[in-house]
Amino acid sequence: MERFVQTLVDALSVGSLYALTALGIGLIFGVMRLINFAHGELITISAYTLLALFGLPIPVMLFGAIAVAIGLALLTERAAFRPLRNADPTTLLISSFAVSFFLQKTLILVVGSRLKGLDFLPELNRHADFLGIRLQILQIVTIAISAGLLAALTWFLKATRLGLHMRAAAEDFRMARVLGVRANSVIAMAFALSGILAAAVSCLIVVQTGTVQPRMGVQLVIIAFVGTVIGGLGSLSGAALGGFLVGAASILLQALLPPDLRAFREAFVFIAVALILLFRPQGLIPARGLKERI
Amino acid sequence: MNAPAALLTVAGLVVRYGAIAAVKGVDIHVGDGEIVGIVGPNGAGKTSLVSAIAGIVTPADGTIIFAGRPLGGGALEDVVARGIALVPEGRHIFASLTVIENLMLGATIRRDTAALRQDIERYFAMFPILGQRRRQPAGQLSGGEQQQLAIARAMLSRPRLIMLDEPSLGLAPTVVDQVYALLNALREQGITILLVEQNAERVFGLSDRVYVMSGGEFGLSGSAAEIQNDPRFDAAYFGVHMQEAANPL
Repeated sequence: MERFVQTLVDALSVGSLYALTALGIGLIFGVMRLINFAHGELITISAYTLLALFGLPIPVMLFGAIAVAIGLALLTERAAFRPLRNADPTTLLISSFAVSFFLQKTLILVVGSRLKGLDFLPELNRHADFLGIRLQILQIVTIAISAGLLAALTWFLKATRLGLHMRAAAEDFRMARVLGVRANSVIAMAFALSGILAAAVSCLIVVQTGTVQPRMGVQLVIIAFVGTVIGGLGSLSGAALGGFLVGAASILLQALLPPDLRAFREAFVFIAVALILLFRPQGLIPARGLKERI
Repeated sequence: MNAPAALLTVAGLVVRYGAIAAVKGVDIHVGDGEIVGIVGPNGAGKTSLVSAIAGIVTPADGTIIFAGRPLGGGALEDVVARGIALVPEGRHIFASLTVIENLMLGATIRRDTAALRQDIERYFAMFPILGQRRRQPAGQLSGGEQQQLAIARAMLSRPRLIMLDEPSLGLAPTVVDQVYALLNALREQGITILLVEQNAERVFGLSDRVYVMSGGEFGLSGSAAEIQNDPRFDAAYFGVHMQEAANPL
Protein backbone atom coordinates (compact mmCIF):
# COMPACT_ATOMS: atom_id res chain seq x y z
CA MET A 1 0.00 0.00 0.00
CA GLU A 2 2.76 2.43 1.02
CA ARG A 3 4.66 1.70 -2.21
CA PHE A 4 1.51 2.26 -4.28
CA VAL A 5 0.86 5.65 -2.62
CA GLN A 6 4.53 6.62 -3.03
CA THR A 7 4.38 5.81 -6.75
CA LEU A 8 1.13 7.72 -7.09
CA VAL A 9 2.56 10.80 -5.35
CA ASP A 10 5.68 10.54 -7.50
CA ALA A 11 3.53 10.41 -10.65
CA LEU A 12 1.48 13.39 -9.43
CA SER A 13 4.63 15.34 -8.68
CA VAL A 14 6.37 14.68 -12.01
CA GLY A 15 3.09 15.14 -13.87
CA SER A 16 2.65 18.52 -12.17
CA LEU A 17 6.07 19.69 -13.35
CA TYR A 18 5.28 18.74 -16.94
CA ALA A 19 1.84 20.33 -16.62
CA LEU A 20 3.45 23.65 -15.61
CA THR A 21 5.93 23.42 -18.48
CA ALA A 22 3.21 22.53 -20.99
CA LEU A 23 1.10 25.41 -19.70
CA GLY A 24 3.98 27.81 -20.33
CA ILE A 25 4.16 26.59 -23.92
CA GLY A 26 0.37 26.58 -24.29
CA LEU A 27 0.01 30.18 -23.10
CA ILE A 28 2.28 31.45 -25.87
CA PHE A 29 0.73 29.19 -28.49
CA GLY A 30 -2.71 30.42 -27.50
CA VAL A 31 -2.06 34.06 -28.30
CA MET A 32 0.66 33.82 -30.97
CA ARG A 33 0.36 30.36 -32.57
CA LEU A 34 4.05 30.09 -31.70
CA ILE A 35 5.49 26.85 -30.35
CA ASN A 36 8.15 28.42 -28.18
CA PHE A 37 10.98 25.92 -27.82
CA ALA A 38 13.01 28.72 -26.20
CA HIS A 39 10.82 28.09 -23.13
CA GLY A 40 13.43 25.46 -22.19
CA GLU A 41 16.10 28.14 -21.99
CA LEU A 42 13.93 30.19 -19.63
CA ILE A 43 14.01 27.18 -17.30
CA THR A 44 17.76 26.70 -17.74
CA ILE A 45 18.76 30.36 -17.30
CA SER A 46 16.49 30.67 -14.31
CA ALA A 47 18.40 27.73 -12.77
CA TYR A 48 21.74 29.40 -13.51
CA THR A 49 20.41 32.54 -11.83
CA LEU A 50 19.87 30.47 -8.69
CA LEU A 51 23.47 29.29 -9.02
CA ALA A 52 24.74 32.85 -9.47
CA LEU A 53 22.80 34.06 -6.43
CA PHE A 54 23.66 31.05 -4.26
CA GLY A 55 24.53 32.13 -0.73
CA LEU A 56 22.09 35.02 -0.67
CA PRO A 57 18.83 34.70 1.30
CA ILE A 58 16.41 32.19 -0.26
CA PRO A 59 13.71 34.82 -1.06
CA VAL A 60 16.33 36.86 -2.95
CA MET A 61 17.37 33.78 -4.94
CA LEU A 62 13.74 32.97 -5.77
CA PHE A 63 12.91 36.56 -6.68
CA GLY A 64 16.04 36.74 -8.86
CA ALA A 65 15.19 33.50 -10.69
CA ILE A 66 11.62 34.67 -11.37
CA ALA A 67 12.68 38.18 -12.41
CA VAL A 68 15.32 36.87 -14.83
CA ALA A 69 12.88 34.39 -16.39
CA ILE A 70 10.23 37.11 -16.86
CA GLY A 71 12.80 39.59 -18.20
CA LEU A 72 14.25 37.05 -20.63
CA ALA A 73 10.78 35.98 -21.81
CA LEU A 74 9.84 39.61 -22.49
CA LEU A 75 13.18 40.26 -24.19
CA THR A 76 12.80 37.30 -26.56
CA GLU A 77 9.27 38.44 -27.40
CA ARG A 78 10.37 42.01 -28.10
CA ALA A 79 13.59 41.23 -29.95
CA ALA A 80 12.87 37.97 -31.76
CA PHE A 81 9.16 37.26 -32.01
CA ARG A 82 7.45 40.65 -32.29
CA PRO A 83 9.11 41.50 -35.63
CA LEU A 84 7.84 38.15 -36.94
CA ARG A 85 4.31 38.42 -35.54
CA ASN A 86 2.70 38.36 -38.97
CA ALA A 87 4.92 35.57 -40.26
CA ASP A 88 3.62 32.09 -40.98
CA PRO A 89 3.79 29.43 -38.21
CA THR A 90 6.78 27.68 -39.82
CA THR A 91 8.86 30.86 -39.69
CA LEU A 92 7.84 31.39 -36.07
CA LEU A 93 8.77 27.80 -35.22
CA ILE A 94 12.20 28.14 -36.85
CA SER A 95 12.77 31.43 -35.04
CA SER A 96 11.95 29.78 -31.72
CA PHE A 97 14.58 27.10 -32.46
CA ALA A 98 17.03 29.87 -33.37
CA VAL A 99 16.37 31.71 -30.10
CA SER A 100 16.68 28.45 -28.18
CA PHE A 101 20.03 27.56 -29.79
CA PHE A 102 21.32 31.12 -29.42
CA LEU A 103 20.56 31.22 -25.70
CA GLN A 104 21.88 27.73 -25.10
CA LYS A 105 25.18 28.31 -26.93
CA THR A 106 25.64 31.72 -25.31
CA LEU A 107 25.15 30.11 -21.93
CA ILE A 108 27.75 27.44 -22.75
CA LEU A 109 30.13 30.19 -23.87
CA VAL A 110 29.68 32.04 -20.59
CA VAL A 111 29.44 29.25 -17.99
CA GLY A 112 30.73 26.16 -19.81
CA SER A 113 28.91 22.96 -20.66
CA ARG A 114 29.78 20.99 -17.53
CA LEU A 115 27.13 20.01 -15.03
CA LYS A 116 27.39 22.04 -11.81
CA GLY A 117 26.15 21.10 -8.36
CA LEU A 118 23.72 23.39 -6.57
CA ASP A 119 22.56 22.45 -3.09
CA PHE A 120 19.37 24.53 -3.13
CA LEU A 121 16.86 23.91 -0.34
CA PRO A 122 18.27 20.42 0.47
CA GLU A 123 15.87 20.05 3.39
CA LEU A 124 13.05 19.53 0.88
CA ASN A 125 14.69 16.27 -0.21
CA ARG A 126 14.11 14.75 3.21
CA HIS A 127 11.28 12.32 3.85
CA ALA A 128 8.47 12.79 6.30
CA ASP A 129 5.46 10.82 7.46
CA PHE A 130 2.14 11.88 5.91
CA LEU A 131 -0.81 9.95 7.37
CA GLY A 132 1.53 7.11 8.22
CA ILE A 133 3.11 6.96 4.78
CA ARG A 134 6.68 8.05 4.22
CA LEU A 135 6.93 10.58 1.40
CA GLN A 136 9.53 13.00 0.10
CA ILE A 137 8.70 16.56 1.21
CA LEU A 138 9.71 17.91 -2.21
CA GLN A 139 7.03 15.86 -3.93
CA ILE A 140 4.32 17.31 -1.71
CA VAL A 141 5.75 20.82 -2.19
CA THR A 142 5.87 20.30 -5.98
CA ILE A 143 2.23 19.21 -6.07
CA ALA A 144 1.18 22.08 -3.79
CA ILE A 145 3.08 24.73 -5.78
CA SER A 146 1.75 23.38 -9.08
CA ALA A 147 -1.81 23.34 -7.78
CA GLY A 148 -1.36 26.86 -6.39
CA LEU A 149 0.02 28.18 -9.68
CA LEU A 150 -2.73 26.49 -11.68
CA ALA A 151 -5.36 27.99 -9.36
CA ALA A 152 -3.75 31.45 -9.57
CA LEU A 153 -3.52 31.28 -13.35
CA THR A 154 -7.14 30.15 -13.58
CA TRP A 155 -8.19 33.03 -11.34
CA PHE A 156 -6.17 35.50 -13.40
CA LEU A 157 -7.65 34.29 -16.69
CA LYS A 158 -11.22 34.11 -15.38
CA ALA A 159 -11.45 37.09 -13.04
CA THR A 160 -9.32 39.86 -14.49
CA ARG A 161 -9.77 42.15 -17.47
CA LEU A 162 -6.39 41.20 -18.94
CA GLY A 163 -7.19 37.53 -18.44
CA LEU A 164 -10.43 37.98 -20.40
CA HIS A 165 -8.47 39.72 -23.14
CA MET A 166 -6.00 36.83 -23.23
CA ARG A 167 -8.78 34.25 -23.54
CA ALA A 168 -10.44 36.27 -26.30
CA ALA A 169 -7.13 36.68 -28.13
CA ALA A 170 -6.47 32.96 -27.88
CA GLU A 171 -9.80 32.27 -29.58
CA ASP A 172 -9.90 34.98 -32.26
CA PHE A 173 -7.05 37.45 -32.05
CA ARG A 174 -8.18 39.64 -34.94
CA MET A 175 -11.69 40.13 -33.58
CA ALA A 176 -10.26 40.84 -30.13
CA ARG A 177 -8.10 43.58 -31.66
CA VAL A 178 -11.07 44.99 -33.60
CA LEU A 179 -12.77 45.39 -30.20
CA GLY A 180 -9.76 47.27 -28.84
CA VAL A 181 -7.77 44.53 -27.10
CA ARG A 182 -4.11 45.62 -27.20
CA ALA A 183 -2.08 42.91 -28.96
CA ASN A 184 1.20 44.01 -27.37
CA SER A 185 -0.20 43.90 -23.82
CA VAL A 186 -1.80 40.49 -24.25
CA ILE A 187 1.28 38.90 -25.81
CA ALA A 188 3.67 40.50 -23.30
CA MET A 189 1.51 39.21 -20.43
CA ALA A 190 1.51 35.70 -21.92
CA PHE A 191 5.31 35.76 -22.12
CA ALA A 192 5.61 37.14 -18.57
CA LEU A 193 3.33 34.39 -17.24
CA SER A 194 5.31 31.75 -19.14
CA GLY A 195 8.43 33.18 -17.49
CA ILE A 196 6.89 32.76 -14.02
CA LEU A 197 5.92 29.17 -14.82
CA ALA A 198 9.41 28.45 -16.19
CA ALA A 199 11.03 29.86 -13.03
CA ALA A 200 8.79 27.72 -10.82
CA VAL A 201 9.68 24.58 -12.76
CA SER A 202 13.34 25.54 -12.70
CA CYS A 203 13.45 25.97 -8.91
CA LEU A 204 11.69 22.65 -8.33
CA ILE A 205 13.96 20.78 -10.77
CA VAL A 206 17.08 22.27 -9.18
CA VAL A 207 15.92 21.18 -5.71
CA GLN A 208 15.15 17.72 -7.07
CA THR A 209 18.38 17.13 -9.01
CA GLY A 210 20.80 19.35 -7.11
CA THR A 211 22.50 20.24 -10.39
CA VAL A 212 22.32 22.72 -13.26
CA GLN A 213 23.48 22.19 -16.83
CA PRO A 214 22.89 24.10 -20.10
CA ARG A 215 20.51 21.56 -21.65
CA MET A 216 18.37 20.91 -18.59
CA GLY A 217 15.31 22.71 -20.01
CA VAL A 218 15.37 21.18 -23.47
CA GLN A 219 14.32 17.65 -22.55
CA LEU A 220 11.53 18.97 -20.33
CA VAL A 221 10.18 21.19 -23.08
CA ILE A 222 10.18 18.45 -25.71
CA ILE A 223 8.16 16.13 -23.49
CA ALA A 224 5.90 18.98 -22.36
CA PHE A 225 5.32 19.96 -25.99
CA VAL A 226 4.10 16.42 -26.66
CA GLY A 227 1.77 17.00 -23.72
CA THR A 228 0.37 20.21 -25.24
CA VAL A 229 -0.27 18.37 -28.51
CA ILE A 230 -2.17 15.48 -26.93
CA GLY A 231 -4.00 17.90 -24.65
CA GLY A 232 -5.08 20.04 -27.62
CA LEU A 233 -2.97 22.83 -29.09
CA GLY A 234 -4.46 26.19 -28.18
CA SER A 235 -6.32 24.85 -25.16
CA LEU A 236 -4.80 25.80 -21.80
CA SER A 237 -6.67 23.17 -19.83
CA GLY A 238 -5.66 20.69 -22.53
CA ALA A 239 -1.99 21.69 -22.20
CA ALA A 240 -2.07 21.23 -18.43
CA LEU A 241 -3.85 17.87 -18.71
CA GLY A 242 -1.63 16.62 -21.55
CA GLY A 243 1.57 17.65 -19.79
CA PHE A 244 0.38 16.03 -16.58
CA LEU A 245 -0.59 12.79 -18.31
CA VAL A 246 2.72 12.44 -20.14
CA GLY A 247 4.73 13.05 -16.96
CA ALA A 248 2.56 10.85 -14.78
CA ALA A 249 2.44 8.05 -17.37
CA SER A 250 6.20 7.94 -17.58
CA ILE A 251 6.49 7.45 -13.79
CA LEU A 252 3.69 4.91 -13.62
CA LEU A 253 5.22 2.90 -16.47
CA GLN A 254 8.57 2.97 -14.69
CA ALA A 255 6.89 1.42 -11.65
CA LEU A 256 4.55 -0.99 -13.40
CA LEU A 257 6.57 -2.33 -16.33
CA PRO A 258 8.60 -5.53 -15.85
CA PRO A 259 12.29 -4.65 -15.20
CA ASP A 260 13.35 -5.83 -18.69
CA LEU A 261 10.99 -3.38 -20.37
CA ARG A 262 11.63 -0.32 -18.20
CA ALA A 263 14.36 0.94 -20.55
CA PHE A 264 11.64 1.30 -23.19
CA ARG A 265 9.15 3.26 -21.09
CA GLU A 266 9.43 6.33 -23.39
CA ALA A 267 8.47 4.09 -26.31
CA PHE A 268 5.32 3.04 -24.44
CA VAL A 269 4.50 6.66 -23.61
CA PHE A 270 4.80 7.65 -27.26
CA ILE A 271 2.70 4.65 -28.38
CA ALA A 272 0.00 5.98 -26.05
CA VAL A 273 0.47 9.48 -27.50
CA ALA A 274 0.13 8.10 -31.05
CA LEU A 275 -3.06 6.25 -30.08
CA ILE A 276 -4.56 9.36 -28.49
CA LEU A 277 -3.81 11.41 -31.61
CA LEU A 278 -5.21 8.65 -33.82
CA PHE A 279 -8.56 8.74 -32.05
CA ARG A 280 -8.58 12.42 -31.04
CA PRO A 281 -6.45 14.32 -33.56
CA GLN A 282 -7.52 17.66 -32.07
CA GLY A 283 -6.31 16.54 -28.64
CA LEU A 284 -8.08 15.54 -25.44
CA ILE A 285 -9.57 19.01 -24.83
CA PRO A 286 -9.69 20.71 -28.24
CA ALA A 287 -9.53 24.50 -28.33
CA ARG A 288 -13.03 25.84 -28.95
CA GLY A 289 -13.56 28.29 -31.77
CA LEU A 290 -9.84 28.57 -32.54
CA LYS A 291 -9.38 31.09 -35.37
CA GLU A 292 -6.37 32.06 -37.45
CA ARG A 293 -4.15 34.57 -35.74
CA ILE A 294 -3.46 37.99 -37.29
CA MET B 1 -33.01 69.88 -46.62
CA ASN B 2 -29.29 70.20 -45.93
CA ALA B 3 -27.17 67.06 -46.25
CA PRO B 4 -25.80 65.89 -42.87
CA ALA B 5 -22.19 66.73 -42.08
CA ALA B 6 -19.77 64.06 -43.25
CA LEU B 7 -18.77 61.59 -40.55
CA LEU B 8 -16.93 59.23 -42.89
CA THR B 9 -15.40 60.12 -46.23
CA VAL B 10 -13.56 57.55 -48.28
CA ALA B 11 -11.78 58.70 -51.42
CA GLY B 12 -10.05 56.64 -54.11
CA LEU B 13 -9.81 53.57 -51.89
CA VAL B 14 -7.95 50.62 -53.38
CA VAL B 15 -7.60 47.26 -51.62
CA ARG B 16 -5.35 44.62 -53.14
CA TYR B 17 -4.64 41.02 -52.24
CA GLY B 18 -1.41 40.43 -54.14
CA ALA B 19 -2.10 41.15 -57.80
CA ILE B 20 -5.88 41.10 -57.35
CA ALA B 21 -7.66 44.40 -56.69
CA ALA B 22 -10.73 43.71 -54.56
CA VAL B 23 -11.66 47.41 -54.27
CA LYS B 24 -10.77 49.63 -57.22
CA GLY B 25 -10.71 53.25 -56.17
CA VAL B 26 -14.11 53.81 -54.55
CA ASP B 27 -15.43 57.02 -53.01
CA ILE B 28 -18.05 56.93 -50.28
CA HIS B 29 -19.59 59.52 -48.00
CA VAL B 30 -21.55 58.80 -44.83
CA GLY B 31 -23.24 61.69 -43.10
CA ASP B 32 -23.64 61.97 -39.33
CA GLY B 33 -26.80 60.09 -38.32
CA GLU B 34 -27.33 58.57 -41.75
CA ILE B 35 -27.93 54.94 -42.59
CA VAL B 36 -25.98 54.10 -45.72
CA GLY B 37 -26.28 50.73 -47.43
CA ILE B 38 -23.80 49.03 -49.71
CA VAL B 39 -25.36 46.25 -51.74
CA GLY B 40 -23.74 43.90 -54.17
CA PRO B 41 -23.27 40.23 -54.94
CA ASN B 42 -20.78 37.88 -53.32
CA GLY B 43 -17.23 38.89 -54.26
CA ALA B 44 -18.16 42.51 -55.05
CA GLY B 45 -15.54 43.84 -52.62
CA LYS B 46 -17.96 44.97 -49.90
CA THR B 47 -16.22 43.13 -47.07
CA SER B 48 -12.81 44.35 -48.27
CA LEU B 49 -14.14 47.90 -48.17
CA VAL B 50 -15.42 47.71 -44.57
CA SER B 51 -12.32 45.76 -43.55
CA ALA B 52 -10.18 48.64 -44.83
CA ILE B 53 -12.27 51.19 -42.91
CA ALA B 54 -12.07 49.02 -39.78
CA GLY B 55 -8.27 48.78 -40.12
CA ILE B 56 -8.23 45.02 -40.69
CA VAL B 57 -6.66 45.34 -44.14
CA THR B 58 -4.30 48.07 -45.24
CA PRO B 59 -5.46 49.95 -48.33
CA ALA B 60 -3.05 50.09 -51.28
CA ASP B 61 -4.23 53.60 -52.05
CA GLY B 62 -6.81 56.21 -51.09
CA THR B 63 -7.79 58.09 -47.97
CA ILE B 64 -10.27 57.47 -45.17
CA ILE B 65 -11.33 60.50 -43.15
CA PHE B 66 -13.40 59.87 -40.03
CA ALA B 67 -14.78 62.73 -37.92
CA GLY B 68 -12.43 65.13 -39.66
CA ARG B 69 -9.23 63.16 -39.08
CA PRO B 70 -7.54 60.54 -41.28
CA LEU B 71 -7.78 56.89 -40.33
CA GLY B 72 -5.08 54.35 -41.04
CA GLY B 73 -1.45 53.96 -40.20
CA GLY B 74 -2.18 53.17 -36.55
CA ALA B 75 -2.78 49.86 -34.81
CA LEU B 76 -5.93 47.90 -35.59
CA GLU B 77 -7.08 48.28 -31.98
CA ASP B 78 -7.03 52.10 -32.26
CA VAL B 79 -9.93 52.22 -34.73
CA VAL B 80 -12.60 51.37 -32.13
CA ALA B 81 -11.25 54.14 -29.89
CA ARG B 82 -11.88 56.57 -32.73
CA GLY B 83 -15.59 55.64 -32.61
CA ILE B 84 -15.98 52.93 -35.25
CA ALA B 85 -17.45 49.55 -34.35
CA LEU B 86 -17.69 46.54 -36.63
CA VAL B 87 -20.18 43.68 -36.65
CA PRO B 88 -18.29 41.38 -39.01
CA GLU B 89 -19.63 38.86 -41.46
CA GLY B 90 -20.10 35.57 -39.62
CA ARG B 91 -20.52 37.53 -36.33
CA HIS B 92 -17.19 36.33 -34.84
CA ILE B 93 -18.54 36.04 -31.33
CA PHE B 94 -16.19 34.31 -28.88
CA ALA B 95 -17.82 30.90 -28.67
CA SER B 96 -16.00 29.67 -25.56
CA LEU B 97 -16.65 32.87 -23.59
CA THR B 98 -19.93 33.60 -21.86
CA VAL B 99 -22.47 36.08 -23.19
CA ILE B 100 -21.52 38.65 -20.57
CA GLU B 101 -17.80 38.18 -21.26
CA ASN B 102 -18.46 38.84 -24.96
CA LEU B 103 -20.27 42.03 -23.99
CA MET B 104 -17.43 43.08 -21.68
CA LEU B 105 -15.04 42.69 -24.61
CA GLY B 106 -17.20 45.09 -26.59
CA ALA B 107 -16.50 47.65 -23.90
CA THR B 108 -12.73 47.10 -23.88
CA ILE B 109 -11.98 50.78 -24.45
CA ARG B 110 -14.31 51.96 -21.70
CA ARG B 111 -13.30 52.64 -18.10
CA ASP B 112 -16.68 53.87 -16.77
CA THR B 113 -17.57 50.66 -14.92
CA ALA B 114 -20.84 51.85 -13.39
CA ALA B 115 -22.22 53.25 -16.65
CA LEU B 116 -21.07 50.11 -18.44
CA ARG B 117 -23.07 47.91 -16.06
CA GLN B 118 -26.15 50.03 -16.75
CA ASP B 119 -25.58 49.78 -20.49
CA ILE B 120 -25.24 45.99 -20.30
CA GLU B 121 -28.48 45.76 -18.31
CA ARG B 122 -30.12 47.99 -20.93
CA TYR B 123 -29.09 45.57 -23.67
CA PHE B 124 -30.33 42.64 -21.60
CA ALA B 125 -33.68 44.42 -21.39
CA MET B 126 -33.60 44.96 -25.16
CA PHE B 127 -32.55 41.34 -25.84
CA PRO B 128 -34.09 39.30 -22.98
CA ILE B 129 -32.68 36.02 -24.29
CA LEU B 130 -29.14 37.36 -23.83
CA GLY B 131 -29.99 38.34 -20.26
CA GLN B 132 -31.39 34.90 -19.53
CA ARG B 133 -28.31 33.20 -20.96
CA ARG B 134 -25.71 35.68 -19.71
CA ARG B 135 -23.57 33.00 -18.00
CA GLN B 136 -23.72 30.51 -20.87
CA PRO B 137 -21.00 30.13 -23.51
CA ALA B 138 -21.93 32.28 -26.50
CA GLY B 139 -21.31 29.30 -28.78
CA GLN B 140 -24.51 27.77 -27.43
CA LEU B 141 -26.67 30.64 -28.77
CA SER B 142 -28.65 30.31 -31.99
CA GLY B 143 -27.54 32.26 -35.09
CA GLY B 144 -30.06 35.04 -34.47
CA GLU B 145 -29.11 35.32 -30.80
CA GLN B 146 -25.45 35.47 -31.76
CA GLN B 147 -26.24 38.31 -34.18
CA GLN B 148 -28.03 40.18 -31.39
CA LEU B 149 -24.98 39.60 -29.20
CA ALA B 150 -22.59 40.82 -31.92
CA ILE B 151 -24.63 44.03 -32.38
CA ALA B 152 -24.91 44.66 -28.63
CA ARG B 153 -21.18 43.98 -28.26
CA ALA B 154 -20.38 46.53 -30.96
CA MET B 155 -22.74 49.11 -29.43
CA LEU B 156 -21.08 48.82 -26.01
CA SER B 157 -18.04 50.70 -27.29
CA ARG B 158 -20.44 53.65 -27.75
CA PRO B 159 -19.47 54.11 -31.38
CA ARG B 160 -20.30 57.07 -33.58
CA LEU B 161 -20.40 54.72 -36.59
CA ILE B 162 -21.39 51.06 -36.58
CA MET B 163 -20.60 48.97 -39.64
CA LEU B 164 -22.55 45.76 -40.15
CA ASP B 165 -21.29 43.25 -42.69
CA GLU B 166 -24.01 40.88 -43.93
CA PRO B 167 -26.08 40.91 -40.71
CA SER B 168 -28.81 38.76 -42.29
CA LEU B 169 -26.52 36.10 -43.75
CA GLY B 170 -27.52 32.58 -42.73
CA LEU B 171 -30.49 33.70 -40.62
CA ALA B 172 -34.11 32.64 -40.96
CA PRO B 173 -36.42 35.36 -42.38
CA THR B 174 -38.19 35.90 -39.05
CA VAL B 175 -34.84 36.35 -37.33
CA VAL B 176 -33.76 38.79 -40.06
CA ASP B 177 -36.93 40.77 -39.28
CA GLN B 178 -35.82 40.98 -35.65
CA VAL B 179 -32.32 42.09 -36.61
CA TYR B 180 -33.67 44.83 -38.88
CA ALA B 181 -36.13 45.95 -36.22
CA LEU B 182 -33.13 46.36 -33.97
CA LEU B 183 -31.29 48.39 -36.60
CA ASN B 184 -34.37 50.59 -36.87
CA ALA B 185 -34.20 51.12 -33.12
CA LEU B 186 -30.54 52.16 -33.47
CA ARG B 187 -31.57 54.66 -36.14
CA GLU B 188 -33.92 56.25 -33.64
CA GLN B 189 -30.99 56.63 -31.24
CA GLY B 190 -29.19 58.64 -33.94
CA ILE B 191 -26.45 56.07 -34.55
CA THR B 192 -24.75 56.32 -37.93
CA ILE B 193 -24.86 52.98 -39.70
CA LEU B 194 -22.95 51.60 -42.67
CA LEU B 195 -24.79 48.47 -43.72
CA VAL B 196 -23.33 45.94 -46.14
CA GLU B 197 -25.68 43.34 -47.57
CA GLN B 198 -26.31 41.07 -50.51
CA ASN B 199 -30.00 41.30 -49.67
CA ALA B 200 -30.84 44.58 -51.44
CA GLU B 201 -34.55 44.62 -50.52
CA ARG B 202 -33.73 44.71 -46.83
CA VAL B 203 -31.26 47.53 -47.33
CA PHE B 204 -33.73 49.62 -49.34
CA GLY B 205 -36.23 49.37 -46.50
CA LEU B 206 -33.81 50.77 -43.94
CA SER B 207 -31.24 52.99 -45.63
CA ASP B 208 -31.26 56.69 -46.44
CA ARG B 209 -28.79 56.22 -49.26
CA VAL B 210 -27.45 53.18 -51.10
CA TYR B 211 -24.32 52.35 -53.07
CA VAL B 212 -24.40 49.42 -55.49
CA MET B 213 -21.07 47.62 -55.66
CA SER B 214 -19.84 45.06 -58.14
CA GLY B 215 -16.37 43.97 -59.22
CA GLY B 216 -14.73 46.28 -56.68
CA GLU B 217 -16.46 49.43 -57.97
CA PHE B 218 -19.63 51.40 -57.32
CA GLY B 219 -22.03 51.18 -60.26
CA LEU B 220 -24.83 53.32 -58.84
CA SER B 221 -25.44 55.49 -55.83
CA GLY B 222 -28.31 57.60 -54.61
CA SER B 223 -31.24 57.62 -52.22
CA ALA B 224 -32.75 54.24 -51.46
CA ALA B 225 -35.94 55.15 -53.37
CA GLU B 226 -33.98 56.29 -56.43
CA ILE B 227 -31.84 53.16 -56.57
CA GLN B 228 -34.78 50.85 -55.96
CA ASN B 229 -36.63 52.30 -58.94
CA ASP B 230 -33.60 52.72 -61.20
CA PRO B 231 -33.87 50.44 -64.26
CA ARG B 232 -30.06 50.13 -64.27
CA PHE B 233 -30.04 48.55 -60.79
CA ASP B 234 -29.93 44.91 -61.90
CA ALA B 235 -27.10 45.61 -64.32
CA ALA B 236 -25.13 47.51 -61.68
CA TYR B 237 -25.73 44.82 -59.04
CA PHE B 238 -24.63 41.99 -61.28
CA GLY B 239 -21.68 43.92 -62.67
CA VAL B 240 -22.73 44.42 -66.26
CA HIS B 241 -20.91 47.47 -67.58
CA MET B 242 -23.24 50.46 -67.45
CA GLN B 243 -22.79 51.35 -71.12
CA GLU B 244 -23.44 47.80 -72.21
CA ALA B 245 -26.57 47.81 -70.08
CA ALA B 246 -27.75 51.04 -71.67
CA ASN B 247 -26.85 49.91 -75.23
CA PRO B 248 -27.16 46.14 -75.31
CA LEU B 249 -26.68 45.94 -79.07
